[in-house]
Formats: sequence, C-alpha cells, structure tokens
Amino acid sequence: MQFELDIVKRMRGAGEEFTLRSRFATTDNALVLFGPSGSGKTLTLQAIAGLLTPDQGRIAVNGDVLYDSRAGINLPTRRRGLGYLFQDYALFPHRTVWENVAFGLTPLFGRVSRRDARRVDELLDLFGLGGLARHRPAALSGGQKQRTALARALATRPRMLLLDEPFSALDQPLRLRMRKELANIIEKFKIPMIMVTHDTDEMESFAESVVVYRQGCVVGLHTSADMAQPDTTVCRAIHDQMALAYDNQ
Amino acid sequence: MDIMHHLLTAQFMEPLLLTLKVAGLATLAATILGIAMAYVLARWRFPGRDVVDAVCTLPMVMPPTVLGYYLLVLIGRRGFLGVWLKDVFGISLVFTWQGAAIAATVVAFPLVFKSARAALEGVGRQFEDAARTLGQGELAVFLRVSLPLALRGVMAGTMLAFARALGEFGATLMVAGNLPGRTQTLSLAVYSAVQAGDDGLANALVIVISLVCVAILVGTSRLLQSQY
Repeated sequence: MQFELDIVKRMRGAGEEFTLRSRFATTDNALVLFGPSGSGKTLTLQAIAGLLTPDQGRIAVNGDVLYDSRAGINLPTRRRGLGYLFQDYALFPHRTVWENVAFGLTPLFGRVSRRDARRVDELLDLFGLGGLARHRPAALSGGQKQRTALARALATRPRMLLLDEPFSALDQPLRLRMRKELANIIEKFKIPMIMVTHDTDEMESFAESVVVYRQGCVVGLHTSADMAQPDTTVCRAIHDQMALAYDNQ
Repeated sequence: MDIMHHLLTAQFMEPLLLTLKVAGLATLAATILGIAMAYVLARWRFPGRDVVDAVCTLPMVMPPTVLGYYLLVLIGRRGFLGVWLKDVFGISLVFTWQGAAIAATVVAFPLVFKSARAALEGVGRQFEDAARTLGQGELAVFLRVSLPLALRGVMAGTMLAFARALGEFGATLMVAGNLPGRTQTLSLAVYSAVQAGDDGLANALVIVISLVCVAILVGTSRLLQSQY
C-alpha cells in the first residue's frame, strides 16, 4: 500500500483551540497511529474515512486522491472504499447480525442479491457467527460484537481497513484472544490497515510502521525498515517519543 | 342509554367523520413537515438556527385564536397567499374543511417537530457514520438508520399531534368557522351542543373524545418505553 497524508484541521471546543497537523507517508501495509487520547490520532483516522473534513491538505491511497484541498477534491465517505471499525463497533441495534453484515450490500429499495447473500453467510461462518445470524446486537458478547463489526466492514470489500482502538471495549483476557483473531483475519484477507491505539502491546503486535502523535502533531514516524533493525537507538527513539507524548497529560 | 341513543345520529356522525378526516390529514402533513424540519435543525449548523427553532415551536405556546388570525392574514380572502390561490387556482380556503385541516396542521406541527428533533438528536452519530463507511448515501443513511432509530420518538410525537389536531378549536373556528356538516369538527360540535342546551349530544361527544385521548396517551407512553 502506498499511503500519503498531509492535513491541517483547526477545531474549537469548550473555549480551547486544538490544531491537528498530521503528516506522514508510508508504503507499509500495517500502520499504527500511536499516542495518548486527545493527541489527534482518531481525528486523523476520521479524516482518512471522510468523516471529518480537514481545513487543507491532501490524502491519497495508491495514487487515488481521497482529499485534496488545492484540487478541490473531497470524495464522500461512501465512495472512499474504506472499512471502518468503530471503537464501540456501532452495530445497528435495530438490525440482526445477518442484516448488519449485509448492510453495505443491501440496496435502499430491494433485496440483497443471491451472490451477496452467500457472501454474508460465508463471512458469518468464517467469524463463527453462523448460529447468531438472527440475533440482535444487544444479545451478543463483546467478542461477538467485534466479530460482527469486522465482518460488516469486510463485506463491502474495502481496499483498506481503519481500526479505531479496536480492543478498548473488551476486558483483558478477551483482548488477547481477539488480537490473535484480528491478526489472522488481516493475514487471510491480505488487507492493508491503519490502526489507532494507545496500547504499546497492540502497537508492537500489529505495526509495520508507527506514527507517534502528541498534542495534534506527528512527533515520530518509524517504518518497517527502522523497526526491523536491532539498533537500540531506534527503539530508544520510539520510547523517548512515547514518553514525551505522555508528558503533561 | 341516553348516550347510545345519540351515537348514530347525523349530528354525531358528521362531526366525527369530518374530524377524523381533518385530523388525519393534518397529522400526516404535520408529520412530514415536522420530521423534515427536525432533521434540518438536528443535523445542520447555520446562523439563525435558534430563531427557526423558536418559530417552529411557537404554535405550541401561542393562543390558537392568534394563530387563526395569522392564518387568515396569510390565506384569507385578502391575505397575500389567499389572493394568489384565488387568482391562480380559483381556490378559497376560508370556511372549508381544507382550511380547518391547515389550521390543525399548524397547531399539531410543533408536537411532531419537538419529539422528532429530540429523537433524531438522540441517534448516535456513530451509527450514521458507520452507514456512510458502508457505502450509503445521505438519503439511505436517513431512511435506513436515523429514522428507524428515532421512530419511537417520532411516532409518539405523531400520536400527540393527532390528539391535538382532534381537539383543535380556536384556530379552526377563526379560519373555517363552525358550519354544521361542512366545517364543524367534534370540539366545535361540543360547543354548539352546549350552547343549544343539547346535553345528551354533548355528553356523547365528550365521552368519545375523552376515550380517544386516553387511548392515545397510553399508547404514547408505551411507545416511549425503552427499546433494544
């Protein structure tokens, strides 16, 4: 994956002003945006998905421009072809598990095509949700909710997966299991991903590249080449940046 | 029974059927307009938003006769919309049941608008965003996610609006008058029956209206009980 992003967004809330200056480029397939809460990593993810419009800048995936303020391009979310896993999963409470997973394949008027219906069934089986197809999200456990959300995001065949703190809603033992499951799924679907997290373990188990955020700015970018080096200075640099990122919190 | 005796007479059935027609149409119109305005105010930020909200809520707090007066100024024989309607379509709304329906719509509108706005604002942003990331356009997001999740609140507002339209008196009297068989709705018929000393008819009308209103309130509170 070739991904480049360079955006500025000023926000005002509760009398405080916050400026996001996000800028990085990578060719790695697994990118982690790392930093404390309120450092701008989730805002960056939302900007990539088109859920937040930057003031200026440019976002491009594999040469496709998603947003470019100078060229006047701002692709709407629905046409960006990105899967998004929300922190609390945002499963539609009025739809069953099956309907949730089929949501992106269902036309506004009409029914899911037979081919798409088969794809939904296959996804449910793959995620071990086959027996829960008719259940509403309220009846699911935390892990089942996450699997449903992931199946729903993958159903539309996105070119990239965006994950916003995917494990924060789970308790610790489950978190470890779901982390393994997610790694397997990403391996199986060979899908590039960008994950937001403030958990160092998650960062280390998923990242090929890491972007470190602090108070709305990128303070470090480490690619797979850097990370692969046994060089202690790189590790130290990352740890120093993390420590710095958590300063004054 | 004295009341049963009145139930199938023209004096009772005419206002009843007219009221159902007027209130039904008014509720439909108020529901569509109320949801549309609620959506605009719940989703978009623009200058003057508070003022628009206040104007939309105004019919709830203003005396119905004042509303009726405004409506006359607007759609009356000399009102600017009234003159236009007369010139272009040859329609006059004053002293017609359609005029009564417009009066009832205005009075019922804020009840749908208020409930729908609260309900739509209560729909988590993340559900709508999730639908967008799944390739849905704004119309699909509204019809498949926002509206279904807000439906109970919207329906509760619709039922209250129906009850309000059913009992409309002041604005209807101003715009449509009190013509038996043409614009005399239930609440106007109660007034006329009492004026004429026909207590039996008044009793029958009052009991029917009361029962309908109680049924609507019970239904509304059931609807508003939590879901999911």
